[in-house]
Amino acid sequence: MTLKIVVTAKQVIDPETPLSAFGIESGAVKVPANQAPVVNGFDEQAIEAALRLKEASGDAHITVISVGSGFALDVIKKPLAMGADDLILIDDPAFDNAIDPTVTVAALAAAVEKIGDVDIVLAGRQASDWDNAQVPIGLAETLGWPVATVAKQVDVGGNTVRVKRVLPDGHEVVEATLPAVVTVSNELGTARYPNMRGIMAARRVQPTVWTAADLGLDVARTQPAFELISLARPESAAQVEMIEGDDEEDAGRKLALRLRDERII
Amino acid sequence: MADGSGILVIGEMADGQPASTTLEALAAGLALLDSLPGESLSVILAADATTTAAQTAIAHGASTVYTVEDASLADPAPEAIVAAAEEAVRQASPRIVLGAKTLLGRDVMPRVAFRLRTALAQDCTAVAIDDAKRLLTTRPVYGGNAVATVACASPIAVAALRAKSIDSREPDATRTGNVIPLTVDVQAAVRVRSIARVEQAADGIRLEDARIVVSGGRGLGGPEAFDQLDALAGLLGGAVGASRAACDAGWVPSSYQVGLTGKTVTPELYIAIGISGASQHMAGCSNSRNIVAINKDAGANIFKDARFGVIGDWQKVLPAFMEQLQELLG
Repeated sequence: MTLKIVVTAKQVIDPETPLSAFGIESGAVKVPANQAPVVNGFDEQAIEAALRLKEASGDAHITVISVGSGFALDVIKKPLAMGADDLILIDDPAFDNAIDPTVTVAALAAAVEKIGDVDIVLAGRQASDWDNAQVPIGLAETLGWPVATVAKQVDVGGNTVRVKRVLPDGHEVVEATLPAVVTVSNELGTARYPNMRGIMAARRVQPTVWTAADLGLDVARTQPAFELISLARPESAAQVEMIEGDDEEDAGRKLALRLRDERII
Repeated sequence: MADGSGILVIGEMADGQPASTTLEALAAGLALLDSLPGESLSVILAADATTTAAQTAIAHGASTVYTVEDASLADPAPEAIVAAAEEAVRQASPRIVLGAKTLLGRDVMPRVAFRLRTALAQDCTAVAIDDAKRLLTTRPVYGGNAVATVACASPIAVAALRAKSIDSREPDATRTGNVIPLTVDVQAAVRVRSIARVEQAADGIRLEDARIVVSGGRGLGGPEAFDQLDALAGLLGGAVGASRAACDAGWVPSSYQVGLTGKTVTPELYIAIGISGASQHMAGCSNSRNIVAINKDAGANIFKDARFGVIGDWQKVLPAFMEQLQELLG
């Protein structure tokens, strides 16, 4: 039987965007047009986990879902180029409100139910914009599924998923019955680069686009969880004291002396 | 849903006592009560034994301690704590639920929030009450490039505090409070079964406990450089950490990782060598008392957060630094 895999992927501002290009205007982050967005890094690793599951099972189908608005198609199609089978964009201005995970969760849950008979949802452990680490967990709660977090390895056998979870000083192996949600961490390993065949194939695939209405969601009527009061630059930290010397070795010695002066060592 | 009243802390245990992050959440709750006259602070403690811990929680400001005892809670599954928390919320009907973004809290708090039909205000470094008695939360976002203040708009607010961002208070043994045992079938709630746990034996001092941390990043160029960091840490009685780039490159195990998705350290002295200071990394070390940065790039972000900096090639700076240290430390 075909293993039905859904991967959630988010388009985010490139976390490598230099601070000088990172602007805040009326409560929203603005970057110059030449700073292309990216697929959230942990979500790429979730796609990698899905591709490994597909290779191991021999019979799997990978659907990638992304919730948002203003998608850059060449960016968000990257999972297809990596080898995913299809892409659903839940594209609606209603999902512009990035600060409220309840809205994203409602959209993803409705999409997973609309697809039907999904065995496993894989997601990045957190997104590099707000680092909330809660949409996959909220999705599991909403669907009534178990969730295992921060996976470095995901295996499916029969109707059971076995996950090796990252712990601060080791790992834990957990098991749950499918359907389940699993969040993936960078310890899974680098996500594969799309090859030329994948890139060509992805070009020919048009994503399916669903709106909030297609999913039967009335976002305007949902109780928002949060109201953004302000978004600002952090206050700058203390001034650095640069230790200089005749040469780099001298600077090293002076650093030690300075730390002793301050009784830090 | 009727408006709730008071604050409930989702407790976590460490060695038979409320964890330090739970004491911090109680302190945050007490501070919030100043703006909520007549309301009270409660806590749920779910563990194999709670008698001693309950008294500690009362001394730290809880006027009601809900307890759930079960042998399986000596090493609790997140779902077991969620079940206990859900029952405590039903009993206390609070307006605010507070927890911490700890290893366990990361799994527990989002579940609690969504079970209460709201979302979690994650990783808060400060909390307050606004004029409409809503919970205001402040938190770093975009990897620390921005700070957001968010008001919780749903009838019940759920927030997770960043560890060590709020000071716990001194216990007051004269405080009194009620202990209310709850009956919850915590084992029935667990659907993610733990099969095995493998701990790598950490040699030397734990990174999180170290008074001095020596950390290396991409700028070190390879795994061999960490031998010198080990030597420096040995000299100072500290521990060695690393940036995510160094861990992902396989130079050191991922247990070395300091940062948003790694460990959070707050040593007296944090020496960052060949680390550019991406905000992802700084989230794990910016609360260190003194940051020293050695980097050959004068424009590196790390210098913005550092107290002392040396611009130069670490291969030249570090041996001289260590030589001088050896002399000073005798």
